[in-house]
Amino acid sequence: MTEPLVRPKRKNPLRRTRLPLSPQGVRSRTAHGLTAAAAEGRFALQVCLDCNAVVYPPRDACPSCLSARLPFRDVDNGGVLTAETTVQTSTDPYFRERTPWRVGAVKLDVGPVVVAHLHGDVVEGARVRLEFKLDRSGSAVAIALPEKDTPNMADDPHLREMTCDPKFRRVLITDGRTAVGQAMAKAFSDAGASIVFVGLADAWKPFPGYEELRRIDRVEIVPLDVTDTESVTEQAEQNGARIDIVVNTAEHVRPGGVIDRHGLTVAREEIDIRYMGLLRLAQAFGPVLRFRGADGVNSAAAFVNLISVHALMNWPQFGSYAAAEAAVLSAAQCMRAELRPGGVKVLNVFFGPLETEWFQTVPPPKVTPAALASAVIRALKQGVEDAFVGDVAEDIRQRLAVNPKALEREMAG
Amino acid sequence: MMAQASIRKSYDGVIACAPVTVPYRRYSTNSAHWWIGRALHHLVKRAGIKPADIDGFCVSSFTVGPDTAVGLTQHFGLTPRWLDHIPFGGASGVVALRRAARAVQAGDADIVACVAGDTNHVDSFRKTLSTFSRFAQDAVYPYGSGGANASFALITKNYMNRYGAKREDFGKLCIAQRDNALAIPYAMMRKKLTLDEYMNARPIADPIHLFDCVMPCAGAEAFLVCREDTAKSLGLSGVRILSTVERHNAFPADPMQVRGGWALDVGELWAMAGLKSNAVDLVETYDDYPVIVMMQLEDLGFCKKGEAAEFVRTHTFANDGTFPHNTSGGQLSVGQAGAAGGFLGLVEAMRQLMGEPIGKPVADAKAALVSGFGMINYDRGLSSCAAILARA
Repeated sequence: MTEPLVRPKRKNPLRRTRLPLSPQGVRSRTAHGLTAAAAEGRFALQVCLDCNAVVYPPRDACPSCLSARLPFRDVDNGGVLTAETTVQTSTDPYFRERTPWRVGAVKLDVGPVVVAHLHGDVVEGARVRLEFKLDRSGSAVAIALPEKDTPNMADDPHLREMTCDPKFRRVLITDGRTAVGQAMAKAFSDAGASIVFVGLADAWKPFPGYEELRRIDRVEIVPLDVTDTESVTEQAEQNGARIDIVVNTAEHVRPGGVIDRHGLTVAREEIDIRYMGLLRLAQAFGPVLRFRGADGVNSAAAFVNLISVHALMNWPQFGSYAAAEAAVLSAAQCMRAELRPGGVKVLNVFFGPLETEWFQTVPPPKVTPAALASAVIRALKQGVEDAFVGDVAEDIRQRLAVNPKALEREMAG
Repeated sequence: MMAQASIRKSYDGVIACAPVTVPYRRYSTNSAHWWIGRALHHLVKRAGIKPADIDGFCVSSFTVGPDTAVGLTQHFGLTPRWLDHIPFGGASGVVALRRAARAVQAGDADIVACVAGDTNHVDSFRKTLSTFSRFAQDAVYPYGSGGANASFALITKNYMNRYGAKREDFGKLCIAQRDNALAIPYAMMRKKLTLDEYMNARPIADPIHLFDCVMPCAGAEAFLVCREDTAKSLGLSGVRILSTVERHNAFPADPMQVRGGWALDVGELWAMAGLKSNAVDLVETYDDYPVIVMMQLEDLGFCKKGEAAEFVRTHTFANDGTFPHNTSGGQLSVGQAGAAGGFLGLVEAMRQLMGEPIGKPVADAKAALVSGFGMINYDRGLSSCAAILARA
């Protein structure tokens, strides 16, 4: 039985903040196939195309037939915990301050034995589910979970090291004026966030949904304008040290391509709100997030980018918008590298057209703001760093993997 | 064991001699090169030869990087015509011996110096662990970074679950070895160990506790291999090699390690020696973690699989008792000087058979079995080897 997490007390300002450490994140290039799977929450191992052997640890030749055709494929994750141990003495500083730490050997039904982290509720000799998660170094590790969900299992300290569960964490939603921002505030409140800061630029300007937003439990409306460096800096100075998850909901969706839209005004706004806005947030909140990566139960955990899936492949109907989204994606990759020393994840949530006014002319399927918000919560709880929400996003992801050139032609319509 | 016919060529005419130990130290500010250099120096002094007489050189070390055996020839001013580098950890000793013996037998070299040495800087153990192998880096070290302790903890736990061995049984082996080590001046652990102390020791990675673990240290071990007539002309006594076996990655389909490659080769080992398992006077097993000792007792034919715990309960393992075993205290008491740990048992067996042990002698020792085990690459030790030696 997992001890339910206790709401952390107010931090004693005189106590030193524990600095973040990482477990060893170095992997062979081949082993990053596991990182790719873990980033999306999949359980994939190498499967030999010639003899069907399932292979682990990752190799460059099949140990059954020496074939080099060893792609990572999603496989069944069931197995039995054969033996376990509790590491009391570790040579690694990260584990040294987290011992005792349980690990075990899991014999998978599909064949290999995997040395894995153990959830507190798994028992030697019992069946387990194995999952790959990104640890604080950003590389994939296996963790054995009980075969069936157990009460409070997300509160397990080993598991919580690898996830960004919003429970008892404090979140900043950067723009509450949008439908997505409001849905996000509701979702984080429901997920047990202890404070939901919601940013508003020009709070005096009325907007639909304001009253409902204000009434959500634990929502605290704060002044924040992502296009104003001073406003972003002020908000970070005010609340930065007690924000554990930042969700950037600032958006600027306008139709039009690159040639057929006249002038640069809208493009400049797109870049200012989305790309420059992200940079302002990153510069103001990034350093303190990175510093607080190991700061107890409510340590800094994640920076969430909501990115149009068309960042991955331009959609000429919204071509200039898609280009700005691509800039956001590139900056987010950079942020990942910069936040990694703190063990803070950058979660990119790719979405297809939303059920909001600026996508009015676009045919379904579309993603409701509530669906996007619950996908963000799910992704944080799982600890993934890339999530695709909605049928369009999933469709583009798959077509991109098969033939990006075909997708480029087909996006032209 | 059932005697099978061996078709392998014997090691007749070859002698292993001049066993040398450079006394261990817990930490050393010197490099592995220094330790290997000291061992070579001891060898030439002991054998009364010049460095130039060494025309074969076989080296084992984890900490000699970025050098290999080639670089070491220039470092030490050697000009060998036969050179080998076998970073096989606990399998280094026997593997070095059998390769050198064949080289000498074939005339490719006259005097082969087999040396294993490692240093131990304050932080070198952690660095060795984190980069030990690609599989360790990808699939073991990120899991608690308990190193070999955690890996052997899983093997030990599984063995206990399956065969009913108890911590007390492992403890008995550790205590007996400690008794043997009390007379070894450079042993890391030279205080008598009681069962209470063993049982109540600090847990490291359950069921492994402090006294199941070897102490990493700096040191070197070495010996020479040459023809019998060469040894005679130098006035050196030595030991003969009756048989050897070597195996890597045996039984890959076993989900957890409960046996080593010895189980594949044990028939060949005794058949080539022309002996039965009760004919050896002492046994030197590879002892980084007592569970591996138990597997060796089983796989080398002293008892059946799963019965080592019972075997342990019925023997004293003292040099003057029943089943003299790890007669200088093994790595569990003397310390593990990196790859030299793979030489320790072999060098000790040579001394016992030559009648010049540093510690307590095994009376009238005529034949000895030495076995090695090494390289926990992912979830199990991959290399196993063994040799049967006889007084020359």
